[in-house]
Amino acid sequence: MGTMGNKPKEKIRNLIIFALPGVSIFFAVVIVPFIYGFYLTLTDWNGVTATKNIIGLSNYAQVFKDADFWSSMGLTLKYVFFSVILVNLVAFMLAYVLTNGLKGQNFFRAGFFTPNLIGGVVLGFIWQFIFSRVLVNLGESTGWGIFSTSWLSNPSKAFWALVIVTVWQLSGYMMLIYIAGFTGLSTDVLEAASIDGATGFQRMFRIIIPLMVPSFVVCLFLTLSRAFMVYDVNLTLTGGEPYGTTKLVAMHVYEKAFTARNYGVGQAEALFLFLIVAAISGVQIYLGKKKEVEA
Amino acid sequence: MNTKNKVGGTRRMVVDWSQAISMLVLFFVYMIPFVLIILNSFKYKRDIIKSPFSIVAEKGYTFDNYLVAFEKMNFLRSFSNSLFVTGLSTLIVTVLASMTAYYFVRAKDKFSTVCFSLMAASMIIPFQAIMIPLVSIYGAKLNMLNHRTSLIFFHVGFAMSMSVFIFQGFIKSSIPLSLEEAACLDGCSKPQTFFMVVFPLLKPITSTLVILNVLAFWNDYLLPSLVLGKKQIMTLPLSTYAFYGTYSADYGTIMAGLVLTVAPILVLYLVLQKQIISGVVAGAVKS
Repeated sequence: MGTMGNKPKEKIRNLIIFALPGVSIFFAVVIVPFIYGFYLTLTDWNGVTATKNIIGLSNYAQVFKDADFWSSMGLTLKYVFFSVILVNLVAFMLAYVLTNGLKGQNFFRAGFFTPNLIGGVVLGFIWQFIFSRVLVNLGESTGWGIFSTSWLSNPSKAFWALVIVTVWQLSGYMMLIYIAGFTGLSTDVLEAASIDGATGFQRMFRIIIPLMVPSFVVCLFLTLSRAFMVYDVNLTLTGGEPYGTTKLVAMHVYEKAFTARNYGVGQAEALFLFLIVAAISGVQIYLGKKKEVEA
Repeated sequence: MNTKNKVGGTRRMVVDWSQAISMLVLFFVYMIPFVLIILNSFKYKRDIIKSPFSIVAEKGYTFDNYLVAFEKMNFLRSFSNSLFVTGLSTLIVTVLASMTAYYFVRAKDKFSTVCFSLMAASMIIPFQAIMIPLVSIYGAKLNMLNHRTSLIFFHVGFAMSMSVFIFQGFIKSSIPLSLEEAACLDGCSKPQTFFMVVFPLLKPITSTLVILNVLAFWNDYLLPSLVLGKKQIMTLPLSTYAFYGTYSADYGTIMAGLVLTVAPILVLYLVLQKQIISGVVAGAVKS
């Protein structure tokens, strides 16, 4: 059995020395607030008063009546859908080309990964300048109508601005994971396929993609959860503007709790977000395991 | 995959060239935001508005933007706040997580199994589902906000599960029990065994985790924004945000401020590029 002490006393001493500090901080910061959050959803706390009244489930009823929440959730789903697809498509293509033995491929890899090193706050500000000044200037000097006004002042274009920045930020990161997948592919299998006369198309869809399933699972999981929780870039690129049309759900929850001072409803909405993310992760892990076994 | 490139042919060459050119174009697109920010940080406002693209500025170049930004965003102060918070958080989480993981692997008791599963499961909880009760417990009840040490405490707590998870996998698969037994025969206590024998062996995975945690702590905005309200203790992302809000019309100053914020991490990346890239990949694949 275990080797952390034979006598119970020694074992407990080691538990206190080794595991207790880490485990208690984890409980204090993650588990206790998470559980306390359920209690918060049953109260009418406004963040200031010392007393809270238990008001039962009415905060949850409020969530269903909160039209802004549902529209931000709808927008988030749309944002997640396009971001996840585009990020992974771009990342996969980059990885495919950059494992072909291209000259300077390490340089390219390092460059494409750079945006991911920088915090979302700064990225959002950088692109705010690009969209509101640089591209408008480009539109004025070239006469290209698409850039004549700032993308950030038009609801649907501002949405695409968010997606573009996300793709720019995340694709280099996912590219690295796909590259790790490509490098792990057995050259024997690919050569055998070529000898057997497989076309490039067949090689890609019959061999490479099925063998890359583990990489796809990792990347989809990472992009999905990151896209659902995105806040920084949203805050500094569009700030939810114009007219609150680009407010993703994380920003809505933040404002519900800390700006509108409606902690109970805010937390109930946050739990809803949690359920979605948890369900997606569950499905993804399950599918990944199943596919791996089949392949 | 390299074998197929050695087989020549015109078609192959066309593909190679088109790939190389498309990579170059994409690379240019990916880098242009950085280039424009740096370029415009040396220009006067009028030139930035008139022609953000042009390399030659009519009124010439200036370094004033940097001087103003450096002073107005209190760069040194927020930089050292970030350094303090990131450094201590990383140190503490590395030590505590490796010890916890070590106990989990070696003790194999019920406590370990339960805590480990809780940590693994907690990794899917979005930060947004914790931040509101976190603020109400530590702010309203315990009055612990507005201290850098509280932020360190929270960083450590949130990074714990992933760090323990990664250490656990490594210890389980690549630290042989026989080594520790040998150390124990020589009369080592458990903590001695851990720090003298086991911890040095964890070095590859420790460096991976340090990189992941440093990047996450350094760039974090949402958690620090909830914890640190006072100007004197703001980290770099917070003071950048505050600075941008105040000076958003002074493009030159803003550009210089952004360059200053990005510079430390880019310098680190230039020096430790290989380690950072392999660390990030290892972290993603393992968790």
